[in-house]
Amino acid sequence: MTSKRPWWGTVLMYVALAAFLLFLGFPLLWLLSASFKSTSELNSLAVNLIPAEWDFSNYTSALERQNLITAAGNSLLVSIATMVITVLLSMPMAYALARLKGKLRATGTIWILTSQVFPSILIIIPLFLVLRSINLNDTLFGLILVYVTFTLPFTLWMLQGYVAAIPAELEEAGEMDGATRITILRTIILPLLAPGLVATAMFTFVSAWNEFFLALVLLQSPELYTLPIALRSFLGAEGQTQLGPLAAGAILATIPSLIIFSILQKKLTGGMLAGAVKG
Amino acid sequence: MSTTATRPDAGTTAPKTKKLGHRARAQRKEAIVLVVPALLPIIVFSLIPLLSGVALGFTNATLKRNAEIDFIGFGNFIELFGDQRFWGSFGIGIVWAGSVALLTLVCAMGLALLLNSDLRLKGLTRVLALIPWAMPPVVIAIVWRMIYNPNSGPLNGTLEAVGIPGVNWLGDFSTALPAVIVVGVWAGIPQTTVLLLAGMQSISAEQHEAAAVDGAGAFRRFWHITLPALRPVIFAVTALDFIWQFNSFGLIYVLTEGGPGGKTMIPPLFTYLEAFRNREIGYASAMGDVLVVAIMLILSLYLINQFRQNKGARA
Repeated sequence: MTSKRPWWGTVLMYVALAAFLLFLGFPLLWLLSASFKSTSELNSLAVNLIPAEWDFSNYTSALERQNLITAAGNSLLVSIATMVITVLLSMPMAYALARLKGKLRATGTIWILTSQVFPSILIIIPLFLVLRSINLNDTLFGLILVYVTFTLPFTLWMLQGYVAAIPAELEEAGEMDGATRITILRTIILPLLAPGLVATAMFTFVSAWNEFFLALVLLQSPELYTLPIALRSFLGAEGQTQLGPLAAGAILATIPSLIIFSILQKKLTGGMLAGAVKG
Repeated sequence: MSTTATRPDAGTTAPKTKKLGHRARAQRKEAIVLVVPALLPIIVFSLIPLLSGVALGFTNATLKRNAEIDFIGFGNFIELFGDQRFWGSFGIGIVWAGSVALLTLVCAMGLALLLNSDLRLKGLTRVLALIPWAMPPVVIAIVWRMIYNPNSGPLNGTLEAVGIPGVNWLGDFSTALPAVIVVGVWAGIPQTTVLLLAGMQSISAEQHEAAAVDGAGAFRRFWHITLPALRPVIFAVTALDFIWQFNSFGLIYVLTEGGPGGKTMIPPLFTYLEAFRNREIGYASAMGDVLVVAIMLILSLYLINQFRQNKGARA
């Protein structure tokens, strides 16, 4: 912008930037360094980010001891299933929301937005009872069903934004040529929607991968635990927790969502903006 | 809320329908086919549970098997009215959500202004600012438990190194709530920053340049140009952030489980414990009902404001 800023203003801004970098970056760096520290170093009050001795055994013992691989497998299964089902279900409705006008659209939009703000605790109690009555509580399938329902509103919102960005004239042209609605959807809309679908799918995956509360309520058997629940069960009483393997497990759980988020970063902004700001 | 186009191009480029009667009917049929697959799970797993959740608040339901469920009218609510623990958690929830929403806004505004300026290191900052957003909440809670740990955490380590006695951050009555608020702000900064930044980038640079030529300093330009332009974004982000935080669960559950002595017991956590540890789901649902009413009140304030702005924009 303008170069009229005094020199001390620039200094002040860099100091503020450094403070933000430290505040935002430090916890991850600390976790990373903890995952390579020996037990004795972890239990000392010395503040060193670079481990005195690099200890890689935390990762192997994390994977061996606590059924972490089972949990990671469960998380992967649940996240992928949620992603696929959610995207398949939301695609047609997102199209309808974007293209149709009138009461249906208005009602749908209001429902999507309000569903974002209900406390999940109020929904999970009866949901738990329903799932228990059909013997789906404490199953991964039940968890997937619940995840699909909870991710649908936001997915719909993201996707309808992508559909709305595709000019309706393209469809009209297809209609003139006598193509059916299905053909138009398949040959014109779908290819143009592909990037939006990928972004939505990735977002759904991360939501399911990171989710904690619903899994905590619905899963009781340790062999069904997803990664967040398994990590939480690592935590014993203060002092008894094996900090090294815990940190290693936490790093492993973070990597997939970190990768996906760095790819998604810009695309999410658009979806969030449309959802949160323009009512 | 305006029903006209959420994306500017959706309403304006759509064709003005020529043969309205026939087409409208065909559209309705199509709409049903397109909407049902997604609507069905929403109705079964979201709308019905929501309504029965509201209804459960008027029963004496418990998690014990074969226990009879009876409607007891407003019994739960009368009991709830005198339940100091619940209202205590309600107050803590408001302090928690309010502090996190406001502090996040202030921090995110600062960060967004820095990222919108001509500084170096913006790429690095952007990546770092992303981290809290991508981390699973459980991992966030685990890291901060390590940082706050009185016997091995870097916070006390630093204090001790400069000769100040350490504090049991999450275990002490006076520091537990501020400590979890800091974590909430840390976790909330990325999303708010990104939204504010997007809002800032839609303000034309000419406005700032014109003001600068007229001799307006950075602060005055922020106050008179940036801030008014961002007003709708700020309002929406803060209102939604407050509601999300008020409903949040995982972070505090893993950090403190509501302790010490209930000092960080926010309503969703309290309700969860009542439902799934004390197994009193009727009473817990009544708590949920009260929370929904509270949130609806906040939401309606937000919607009224939104409505006024739309009206103002049209006039």
